[in-house]
Amino acid sequence: MISVYRVALAALLIGLWYVGAQTGVLSPLFFGHPTKIALQVVDWFRTGEIYPHLAVTLTETLLAFASGTAGGVLAGLWLGLSPRSLAVLDPFIKAANAMPRVILAPIFAMWFGLGMGSKVALGFTLVFFIVFFNVLQGVREVSPVVLNGTRMLGATRAQLLRHVYLPAAMSWVFSSLHVSVGMAFVGAVIAEYLGSYRGVGYLILQAQGVFDVDSVFAGIAVLTACALVLDTIVTLAESRLLVWQPRADIPRDS
Amino acid sequence: MSALEFRDAVVRFGDATILGGASLAVEPGEFVSVVGPTGCGKSTLLNLAAGLLMPSSGTVRSLGKPVAGVNREAGYLFQGDSLMPWRSARDNVAAGPIFAGVGKAEARAQAEAWLERVGLHGAGHKYPHQMSGGMRKRAQLAQTLILDPPILLMDEPFSALDVQTRLMMENELLALWQGGGGGGARKTVLFITHDLEEAISLSDRVVVLSAGPSTRPIAEFAIDLPRPRDVAEIRHTPAFQTTHARIWDVLRDEVLKTYRRGVAA
Repeated sequence: MISVYRVALAALLIGLWYVGAQTGVLSPLFFGHPTKIALQVVDWFRTGEIYPHLAVTLTETLLAFASGTAGGVLAGLWLGLSPRSLAVLDPFIKAANAMPRVILAPIFAMWFGLGMGSKVALGFTLVFFIVFFNVLQGVREVSPVVLNGTRMLGATRAQLLRHVYLPAAMSWVFSSLHVSVGMAFVGAVIAEYLGSYRGVGYLILQAQGVFDVDSVFAGIAVLTACALVLDTIVTLAESRLLVWQPRADIPRDS
Repeated sequence: MSALEFRDAVVRFGDATILGGASLAVEPGEFVSVVGPTGCGKSTLLNLAAGLLMPSSGTVRSLGKPVAGVNREAGYLFQGDSLMPWRSARDNVAAGPIFAGVGKAEARAQAEAWLERVGLHGAGHKYPHQMSGGMRKRAQLAQTLILDPPILLMDEPFSALDVQTRLMMENELLALWQGGGGGGARKTVLFITHDLEEAISLSDRVVVLSAGPSTRPIAEFAIDLPRPRDVAEIRHTPAFQTTHARIWDVLRDEVLKTYRRGVAA
């Protein structure tokens, strides 16, 4: 029943948009036309024009996600287990996190050029802090009973790290997976939009430059679809990796 | 040589003296319970024996050797959940052997055998959150006993269980202990509880701790009830009730002291 309402709502919104564009109430110059947007998307996939751009954007997303997660886990474990280093670095971390990092995009473009490097760098800065703070929290909240219990079973310091701290931290990483994958994607697209020669963000930038609002919306539609696919993959990965966690039942439509 | 020996053990945290010169010896194969008012520092005594805590002064010896760092001769059954939540029951039980360098397959086979002995046959694939409190305690027991430690330290291990499960677990603990819990000689058990009935029904000896701060043992009672015992039935025997009355006479004053301090504070 719920899915029926959903489809009806989507049809209603797109229908209103279509009527508005058709009658001229919504200026096609600013709001585009649903049919033209759909045709543009189809055209991109039919000619294959979109594939190289999509591949670039997704590769950047993946690299930013992987490097940001790895960096965040390492830094989080280190500072979580070394309160003194954390105390020293705390104000720097707060400052770096509070800074609007999107503004780093032009600097990364100068440092790493207009290719993938600068996009991965921006995505990294976005993903890193999410993962870092989650791992830090995870390490600090390891149950002292579990820790002492594992020590009494004869675990060495290295074994504690591998069998207690890391799994505890990873559970927090997984719980932030949706946000961090999303951020990697945002980082890639924004950096492309601010300066690049390929990628879906670049396509949108080009279209905007010639007031081709239909192509801008088509680009947005493709990006949204990609984000949804990524989110679904994350949900599947989560349910496999976190079997050991008690889960609140996610409401499902019947 | 005593299995565990505390001599004038003092533990201070800042200005607070938790343990004030505790002396106590536990002989090999003996089952000793320590009772005392809530919050008097009973767990501190266990943490000293486990090597998780060092005394501010005095000595703690385990099988004749001074305890320095985690005591490898002791297994510890905690009051709370000490199972690793990200490991199945079987992998939790197999953890000790794996830490000691036993191969994974061999460790898992040992774990399965131990799960069976504590009544968790076929539950090895379950994660802690999928098990009841009683099952988790059984898994903890298997996790500790698989390493066959000569000394068992138990910190109110059954206090979170419902009464029926608790009586059952106490009987099973006694059976495992009398059978040598792994094959060899009987283990030395230091059992902490605030429940006097539990202490009497399980132990060879009951030690009463004074009210905190500066807790120390003030009295001890030999329990010469016949073994094997059924912890549920033994409570109704006259011998049990006389012993209970004698110990409670001492314990009551300490409980009242703690209570008055709590009310005054």
